[in-house]
Amino acid sequence: MYAFEFHRPTSLRQAANLLAKAEDGRVLAGGQSLLPMMKLRLASPGTVIDLGGVPGMTGIERKGRSLVIGAMTRHAEVENSPVVKEAIPALAHLVSVLGDPAVRNRGTIGGSLANNDPSADYPAACLALGATIVTNRRRIAADEFFQGVFTTALEEGEIIVKVSFPVPSRAGYEKFRHPASRFALAGVFVAKRGGEVRVAVTGAGDSGVFRWEAAETALQGRFVPKSLDGLKPSTDGMNSDIHADAAYRAHLVAVMARRAVEKALRR
Amino acid sequence: MAVTSIGARVARKEDHRFITGKGQYVDDINRPGQAHAVFVRSPHAAATIKRIDISAARKMPGVVGVLTGEDLAADKIGGLICGWMIHSKDGSPMKAGAHPALAQGKVRYVGDHVAVVIAETLLQAKDAAEAVVVDYAVEKPVVDVASALAKGAPAVHAEAPDNRVFSWHLGDKAATDAAFARAKHVTSLDIVNNRLIPNAMEPRAAVGDYDSGNDAFTLYTTSQNPHVARLVLSAFIGVAPEHKLRVIAPDVGGGFGSKIFIYAEETVCVWAAKKVGRPVKWTSDRTEAFLSDAHGRDHVTKAELAMDENGRILALRASTKANLGAYLSTFASSVPTYLYAPLLSGQYDIPAIYAEVDGVYTHTAPVDAYRGAGRPEATFVVERLVEVAARQLGQDPAKFRARNYIRNFPHQTPVIMAYDAGDYHASLKKALELADYKGFARRKRESARRGKLRGIGFSSYIEACGIAPSAAVGSLGAGVGLWESAEVRVNPIGTVEVLTGSHSHGQGHETTFAQLVSDRLGIPIENVSIVHGDTDKVQMGMGTYGSRSGAVGMSAIAKALDKVIAKGRKVAAHVLEAAEGDIEFKDGKFTVAGTDRSAGFGDIALQAYIAHKFNGQELEPGLKEGAFYDPTNFTFPAGVHICELEVDPQTGDVRIEKWTAVDDFGVIINPLIVEGQVHGGIAQGVGQALHEGAVYDPVTGQLVTASYMDYRMPRAEDLPSFVVDTTVTPCPSNPLGIKGCGEAGAIAAPAAVVNALTDAVGHEDVPMPATPQALWRACQKAPRLMAAE
Ligand SMILES: Cc1cc2nc3c(=O)[nH]c(=O)nc-3n(C[C@H](O)[C@H](O)[C@H](O)COP(=O)(O)OP(=O)(O)OC[C@H]3O[C@@H](n4cnc5c(N)ncnc54)[C@H](O)[C@@H]3O)c2cc1C
Repeated sequence: MYAFEFHRPTSLRQAANLLAKAEDGRVLAGGQSLLPMMKLRLASPGTVIDLGGVPGMTGIERKGRSLVIGAMTRHAEVENSPVVKEAIPALAHLVSVLGDPAVRNRGTIGGSLANNDPSADYPAACLALGATIVTNRRRIAADEFFQGVFTTALEEGEIIVKVSFPVPSRAGYEKFRHPASRFALAGVFVAKRGGEVRVAVTGAGDSGVFRWEAAETALQGRFVPKSLDGLKPSTDGMNSDIHADAAYRAHLVAVMARRAVEKALRR
Repeated sequence: MAVTSIGARVARKEDHRFITGKGQYVDDINRPGQAHAVFVRSPHAAATIKRIDISAARKMPGVVGVLTGEDLAADKIGGLICGWMIHSKDGSPMKAGAHPALAQGKVRYVGDHVAVVIAETLLQAKDAAEAVVVDYAVEKPVVDVASALAKGAPAVHAEAPDNRVFSWHLGDKAATDAAFARAKHVTSLDIVNNRLIPNAMEPRAAVGDYDSGNDAFTLYTTSQNPHVARLVLSAFIGVAPEHKLRVIAPDVGGGFGSKIFIYAEETVCVWAAKKVGRPVKWTSDRTEAFLSDAHGRDHVTKAELAMDENGRILALRASTKANLGAYLSTFASSVPTYLYAPLLSGQYDIPAIYAEVDGVYTHTAPVDAYRGAGRPEATFVVERLVEVAARQLGQDPAKFRARNYIRNFPHQTPVIMAYDAGDYHASLKKALELADYKGFARRKRESARRGKLRGIGFSSYIEACGIAPSAAVGSLGAGVGLWESAEVRVNPIGTVEVLTGSHSHGQGHETTFAQLVSDRLGIPIENVSIVHGDTDKVQMGMGTYGSRSGAVGMSAIAKALDKVIAKGRKVAAHVLEAAEGDIEFKDGKFTVAGTDRSAGFGDIALQAYIAHKFNGQELEPGLKEGAFYDPTNFTFPAGVHICELEVDPQTGDVRIEKWTAVDDFGVIINPLIVEGQVHGGIAQGVGQALHEGAVYDPVTGQLVTASYMDYRMPRAEDLPSFVVDTTVTPCPSNPLGIKGCGEAGAIAAPAAVVNALTDAVGHEDVPMPATPQALWRACQKAPRLMAAE
């Protein structure tokens, strides 16, 4: 770690002001992505602004047809929340297979989305559920929010405040873990709401989370695993590394998608 | 308080300290005035250093010194050594290049040590290390044996122009070739034994301290053998003479071989302490550990097995290329030679064996002993060959093994080893029952109904522990003797301190060694303490590796205890006014035979010290005895491990459903600790088979698996609850009948897993580690045609 300035603001406005003023400032949420990078000296923010003291950024609430989760809500709270389990059980499941207990007790949904790791789990849920990311300035649709590997629509000085998920009629998440890191090697979130089916894939694509439209069309016909028979995403645009090449990843996406649909139907 | 006997399940005495956070590891040690060292490491796999500019770094805040290879050379500090001489087939000695502790002109792997920066704080040292400017002329690296041996490959060291350190062989080539010529069936396999990174929980660390008043050094270090470290640092590297160098290896959090060796960082810390006039501390971070701890395995082998028409094994032939890395680490040359080829007979009666091994330099981290060291590689070769041969002959793999087992002991193999005792049929029989081998076909059908591929695999391993006797290993090229020492100090009130040359870094010696003393002297285990890991306390020792501490280290203690009892008997004769020949020692009491006159061990100890009852000119006061024990032979633990697993052909995911281990470790001192050793060994063996593999980029020579984000360790959830049992044939080669258990699991497991996987997928083309991707690919391949029964 390099030396840095540390602030712990007590209001969102104060946090935003500090962030605007700081040269090379970063907000700190659970620290589960930012701190390891700083320790390895791969990130070196001059100013760190801890959101831990800002009121009103945590909590889980059912608001009509939406589930709203505060940006500073820890993964473990989402995992164990009766409200989440009732509204979108697939989301509680997703968090239960994210990292390990230590990570889940620190990491937050806002941090995960802002980070947009191409293998992270939450982005798949946001994209498939058509979530809205609410910041201190505006509301951003998930379709616009994720813009590539570690890249989002967030502008300089913008802070995620909460995330709003429309409650689906059916949803399922299936993840094949990266052997070493346990992030998603291929993770597929399927969601059906009214006549609309959305399928989001994380871990596999070389530009981060994406929607698999062919699968969406197929499932729009009939929401059963069989609709996906013979369907596999193209290997173009698939990630390739020592753990999984493009062909294996494309295959895993197809298998995970079927299993996600099976899960969604099981409820 | 009761006596604790041999064979009792005693909970580990040391665990209270560890569990309550009271362990004293090297990083817990801080010396007054201590400064911190950070190493500048090569970012390139192969390069010539054109210039090192330390001027900016020297001026950074808090810096107390920046040292390079030039400073080492100026102080005449020698290079690191390899302590085992191997001669090639043609009689020539191995071709070793120099191994400086800080680079001199060249770097040869990513992570090679270029300079050290010492500063008041760790952060200051890190900042200054970034300010050291090194001008490299980058060269093309070779990272695997095939490219290193290719024509025109760049030479890692000028001393070995074709990168062959040695071209060694063992066995009777003519007899083996003749047996192959008349064989009815030959099984051949191409085997890659994957490269592993040890990953002890505690990374390496060192604190070097120099006392200018006495011109004496102290090195606190994470070592499995502090005396060997002192010997090498003193006699070969030349830091200080032995009597001016104290090496302390306090609590050490795992070694698995990687802490046997004398490394650059530890050497530099102790030397630099005098140079900068400050104690110097270095603690490896995890990335450094991945880059610079000695790696393990990395063999490429062509292996063949010849059989007659009845499926009796006639001969075995193996040709191995062993990657030794960029420099020869402390025992690197012995691992793929004398710790490997002599084990190629396995548990089988094989009349002829011939093995050739090329040791090869590459631009990768040095490779040396890692849990099992050579024996896992040999077991993998033998057990894969045997399994595949049985399948090809259409025979049951258990029956095929049993048919070829050695039955009579002692048994001389064609490759050096004389097995002293064993009963291989007994462990196989027990293992087959515990694993419910008969029910396997039913379970396989049940798995198939769920779309899963079930497989079962055997590993009928043998290993050799307690490498010895010293004269024999000396004749094979070892630079040291492989005995062990012990000193038993009885205090006047009858409590006992045992000083041992063995070192405990997870093995539980403080419990098992005390158990032996309690049993022999008839005193409570609480009255015994075990002292180890300090060259100022224990005079000399050879340390802990190769599962030698039970068989060799405890035998030394037993020998010293015999001397204590003999002396005690002399004292008792005076105290009890009887002839020495009439004194019996039993259950902690000296008794005059046939009478009720007796004295407790503690009373006699006190009498030995007050010396009122005997003439001090005729019998020396005191009760303290030492012993050096040199075994007569290796020990030969052996057993059968059976792995049953399920593969998901859609994803390549594996679940180990059942693990059965039946081991013969000879006499067992503490079953609880033995089982723990077996469990850990299996976990590491499963790690090698399914998960772990060091990957270097073939073009850049970068270590791709340099963190836990890419290097997959085995996890608790990967493993079932093990079924662990034993059979016992006492070892006749040491007074306690102990064979050793520290490495068995890691030796046995990889072959059991791969045999099960190949059984599940129906063909032999499954690499290690069998990652999900590799297994998914294997599942795409058509199964072999089953041979007709
Ligand atoms: C061992 C380990 C395993 C993991 N496994 C997984 C896994 O399997 N799946 C998975 O998805 N993730 C995994 N993670 C990542 C984990 O989920 C992180 O918690 C998450 O990615 C970041 O959240 P955080 O709250 O810790 O954010 P931080 O690390 O504090 O911040 C991350 C980034 O987001 C920014 N940020 C944080 N909050 C906000 C906000 N409200 N508005 C704007 N910007 C913000 C920060 O400035 C920083 O740039 C793992 C992490 C670790 C250490």
